[in-house]
Amino acid sequence: MAVTVKPPAARTPVRRVGFSSRLARWDVKVSPYLYISPFFILFAIVGLFPLIYTGWVSLHNWNLIGGNLGFSGTENFTFVLSQPYFWNAVGNTFSIFLISAVPQIILAIGIAAVLDANLRAKTFWRMGVLVPYVVAPVAVGLIFGNVFADQSGAINGLLTSIGLDPVPWHSNTLASHVAIATMVDFRWTGYNALIFLAAMQAVPRDMYEAAILDGASRWRQFISVTVPMLRPTIIFVVITATIGGLQIFDEPRVFDAYGLGGADRQWQTLTMYIWELGWGQRNLGRASAVAWLLFVIIVLIAALNFLITRRIASQGGRK
Amino acid sequence: MTSVPMVEQTAGKRAAESARRRRDRGGAQAPRPARVRGRKTGGFNRRPGFVTYGLLGAVVLGSALPILWSVLVASHDSTAIVKGVPLIPGGNFFANAATVLDTIPFWKALGNSILVSTVTAASVVIFSSLAGFAFAKLRFRGSKALLVFVVATMAVPTQLGVIPLFIVMSKLGWTGTMGAVIIPGLVTAFGVFWMTQYLQDALPDELIEAVRMDGANMWQAFWHVALPAARPAAAMLALFTFVATWTNFFWPFIVLNAQNPTLPVALQQLQSARFVDYSVVLAGVVLSTIPLLIVFAVAGRHLVAGIMQGAVKG
Repeated sequence: MAVTVKPPAARTPVRRVGFSSRLARWDVKVSPYLYISPFFILFAIVGLFPLIYTGWVSLHNWNLIGGNLGFSGTENFTFVLSQPYFWNAVGNTFSIFLISAVPQIILAIGIAAVLDANLRAKTFWRMGVLVPYVVAPVAVGLIFGNVFADQSGAINGLLTSIGLDPVPWHSNTLASHVAIATMVDFRWTGYNALIFLAAMQAVPRDMYEAAILDGASRWRQFISVTVPMLRPTIIFVVITATIGGLQIFDEPRVFDAYGLGGADRQWQTLTMYIWELGWGQRNLGRASAVAWLLFVIIVLIAALNFLITRRIASQGGRK
Repeated sequence: MTSVPMVEQTAGKRAAESARRRRDRGGAQAPRPARVRGRKTGGFNRRPGFVTYGLLGAVVLGSALPILWSVLVASHDSTAIVKGVPLIPGGNFFANAATVLDTIPFWKALGNSILVSTVTAASVVIFSSLAGFAFAKLRFRGSKALLVFVVATMAVPTQLGVIPLFIVMSKLGWTGTMGAVIIPGLVTAFGVFWMTQYLQDALPDELIEAVRMDGANMWQAFWHVALPAARPAAAMLALFTFVATWTNFFWPFIVLNAQNPTLPVALQQLQSARFVDYSVVLAGVVLSTIPLLIVFAVAGRHLVAGIMQGAVKG
């Protein structure tokens, strides 16, 4: 995006000497720190300190109401790791993430490819694709909770009207994950499509010219030129989708009225489990232990992503 | 829906433009208009045909359908849903909306959401512009390392600090207040990164040097030169932060109470009753989604531009 910078009308340049030049030097040295300090101070208070404090709380027997009830070592961690609900939540989180992320990325690339055509009313189509992004996840959850309702939902209504059996969206584990993944994809596919679109438009057009001269069909161009050039963007989207997906809470939370992830915790995610331990069972120590474990999982996945990124990046592709 | 006048407007503009280019008007009548390059080779300047628009129409319809669905359900009473899928709007929307207003403190939640989102967006933009200017254009010891630190913290999920933040807020007696929601959102690493990236390209070093030569101090350089240059990026950052804060649920849900919620927290309460009346729940969804849809109708193109720009840089 080109920006024209309008320099301000130069105001009477007064020659400064002596004291004022010393002041100016001080200004140059100190002001950068002054400008970045609000961010770092506030971040230290609301970002860094809580992260470390979570570790502290996780090592203590800490009640929501009673507060700190004494040091407990790694007891919270061993307790949590021995809980079937914890591993259930880990499995659910990964399952929902994978079921949502894979179709989402494929769909987003497809939509981007269609948007990349020389369209009339470009902005309208782009905005149309982005509409779900401004619907709050809770609202998305409530809408799809109705659409996927077991008795009266639109999907089951559709299924029965064409002679199929209704799907138990709330009692079957896989079905509930599919329903929740649909909510995630509804909100994020268009957003990611626009990210891919931007990357596609950055692909040099002469690469297509060359492909056309070689007699490549549109599909061939897409597979052999577009997708390889998109690699860095695909990785970027995968990483952001991972960080967001592993923390999913809003949509599964409102998928039923009780908010615990189903009668058998079929769709309870890790963040929902943190909430249940901390605010349901009032055990902030155990909740913190799960929070730290989630953090470790995210860091591990991010590191894995990074390694893969480096390998792929070294094999070619721009940026 | 708000998109209808938009279609006409954009279509009109497009038409005028294509007339100027002496091209055929209206893609629908001419299935394969104005081929610039060869047809078999599939040149990319070619105007796309029916299939492309059909696919896009389906995608946009898919985006709008769940929202339209909630409008449909919200306009009937709860007995209608049991009978089957309503296809035409009923006349019960205002009754359902009235129930929403009776059940949850909707207006208070709306006011709270506006307050929280506005303050957060303003704060993020101000602090990010300041830090972004320093990182992009000023030389100081440790700037590289600090910027790397900022980028690294973008990967740290903010949710992980929720427990200590809650402990601190309850010790301060701030739970249930908007301050507890606003404070953790005052700065974002993403904002700093975004403004730094933008200002690096948008603001020539020479310009800063020139105004410094003219005797401006650092603050004047920031205020009179950097900030005007940063305006487009700042506007987009404000829009993004506003949407993100408005739709945020987890932290407000934990720290607020039923009497003084933000909109997502209030919405969730509609459903927590033993008997879920979906007509009322979705009436609430519709009511709470309208404000952001209006914002989107006005500023959506900037949101689109922002996503596409951020992607190229990120």
